[in-house]
Amino acid sequence: MSTGFVEGWLAGTIQASAPIFYAALGETVVERSGLINLGVEGTMLVGASSSFAVTSLTGSPVAGLATGALAGALFNLILAPLVLWRRANQLACGLALMFLGAGLSAFYGQSFVGAPVNGFDVVPIPFLETIPFAGPILFQQDALVYFMAPSAVLVWWLLARTRWGLQLRAVGEDRLVAFAAGTRPHLLRVQALLLGGLFAGVAGAHLSLAIAHSWTEGLTAGRGFIAVSLVIFAAWSPLRVLPGALLFGGALALQIQLQARGAAVSPFLLDMLPYLMTLVVLVLLRKSSRGRMPEGLKEVFESPKGS
Amino acid sequence: MTDLRPGLVRFGVRTLTLGSSIIVALVLFSLVLATAGKNPFDTYASLVGSTLGNGFGFSEIFVKLIPLLFTALAVALPARLGLVNVGGEGQLNVGALGAAVAALTLGPHVPLWVGIPVSVVFGMLGGALWALVPAWLRARGWLNETISTLLLNYVALRLVDFFVYGPLRDPGSANVPQTVEFGAGWLWPGLVGRIHIGLLLGLAALAVVAVVLNRTRWGFEIRAIGGNALAAQRHGLPLSRYIVLVLLAGGALAGLAGTGEIMAIQGRLRPHFSPDYGYMGFLVAWLAGHKPLRILILGFLVALVATGGDSLQLDQGLPSATVNIFMALILFMVLADTWRPDRLEERWLARLGAREGGAA
Repeated sequence: MSTGFVEGWLAGTIQASAPIFYAALGETVVERSGLINLGVEGTMLVGASSSFAVTSLTGSPVAGLATGALAGALFNLILAPLVLWRRANQLACGLALMFLGAGLSAFYGQSFVGAPVNGFDVVPIPFLETIPFAGPILFQQDALVYFMAPSAVLVWWLLARTRWGLQLRAVGEDRLVAFAAGTRPHLLRVQALLLGGLFAGVAGAHLSLAIAHSWTEGLTAGRGFIAVSLVIFAAWSPLRVLPGALLFGGALALQIQLQARGAAVSPFLLDMLPYLMTLVVLVLLRKSSRGRMPEGLKEVFESPKGS
Repeated sequence: MTDLRPGLVRFGVRTLTLGSSIIVALVLFSLVLATAGKNPFDTYASLVGSTLGNGFGFSEIFVKLIPLLFTALAVALPARLGLVNVGGEGQLNVGALGAAVAALTLGPHVPLWVGIPVSVVFGMLGGALWALVPAWLRARGWLNETISTLLLNYVALRLVDFFVYGPLRDPGSANVPQTVEFGAGWLWPGLVGRIHIGLLLGLAALAVVAVVLNRTRWGFEIRAIGGNALAAQRHGLPLSRYIVLVLLAGGALAGLAGTGEIMAIQGRLRPHFSPDYGYMGFLVAWLAGHKPLRILILGFLVALVATGGDSLQLDQGLPSATVNIFMALILFMVLADTWRPDRLEERWLARLGAREGGAA
């Protein structure tokens, strides 16, 4: 393999990993609070379409990004009355949210299909970009890619080092004990859903504004579900989401690179790779991940509960 | 003589609460339509006119109902055990692939009495095969079935693509990726128009699942595990065996949905032939509370909305996914148990009992 191929693949890997990364980072916060939002796919679609529409209308990708993040946060809020107050089945509610997101984004996004957009362009970091090999891979990316590592650290700090994070994790482990200790479980979980939706909205915005530079119905193509799997893969640690996302991004980017070079591998088989890899990795890491699963989630994940 | 009144009370409560959910969903959906400058009444007129007010549209509801019966059962049966099978779409596609491979291998000149049973068997095998890995992983306690079935849906679509663009492609079709026609020996006969014998198969499947769940030891044990898995296991019920059993049965049922689509409607295998029947079946099953008889009613309703959605695209220039908004809204209401039908039912039945008691 030529250096050009490896360089292109690695640079593509980082870019392709960003939407999965942001979505999984947000979902990590949600799941640490003891909830699961299986509808991240829908939240990403809402973020992708709304940010694309606003950018297309105003010409400002930053305004688009803000809209996508806000829309994602509000959209996730739909889950709050269902799973918190009415204690409805979380997995089914998440899928209903996916349906709603798919429908809303298709409906409102229709007039923006094929619209031109001035999205997030590559912002080369001066000086660093000239480093041979590493420069083009690491330092010729768009702004949202540069924010990946800081975001992971920020969320880690929030969860591990702040009072809010401690309370949130306590709620995720045992809602009743946390309540007895004086926290407000519902309020914390609503905040977790908001933060999770915000990141999923950013993930969608990156997909439509920096990767695709366009909007089509169903743009996310299952990335939301990969993100949910990635949270398990990362054992609910915000810092581990980053390498995990790169792994999945690598599988996505490999297919694009090989296809661009006319490799003799079926594109359909390559397309299966990220999904199959996710499955295999989840099975291989089952032991370490189960030990780290927030106690509150086990209820959802292990029904019917046998021994 | 059996007393019909408790049954009527239950039916009344369910109809009333579902009706209320639909009305609220309609109001919310109107708001969504209005924000985009669409007149909701035009949209509803188009939805109703193109389905209930039109012979072809009305028969199309039943055409869509056929796959939905199968995919809803594929979700409902595992759900009674407490499992969430979201893999209907993948199982449907691999089932169709299985039936297509059988048809293309045996060739077009088989008699119909061979073609129909063979396609049914291979369709079920394909679907069950696609549920096998999630079932096994879940039974071993290694991976939650929701995640695995979801991920495999995407793999299944690519698998069908791979075969239809590759080994199974009709060399005669220049630009259209599709297989050759299966031939007269494989085509499921029609009943009325495009409504085919799959409807009879679907109703039979519904009856079988209802009888198994309500009248057999298997059904009793499935419901017992679904109620309290730990207690059921302490009584010696084989949880793992049931997990595999219901997921494989669900996969086989979803496989039939795909088989019917290609054998009766398409006549050949094409990529993306299913407009998300697998996911719609999930909606139907959860709306119906996984009860077979209610699946028939809710399946008809969802088939109606989906049929109307297709015509929205033609009449109003709206994407057909628009109706997903409406369906998700109804599902939210049902999941949130908004009108608490169980409580209502209990209260009304108690009142009925009290009157009886007073009279006696």
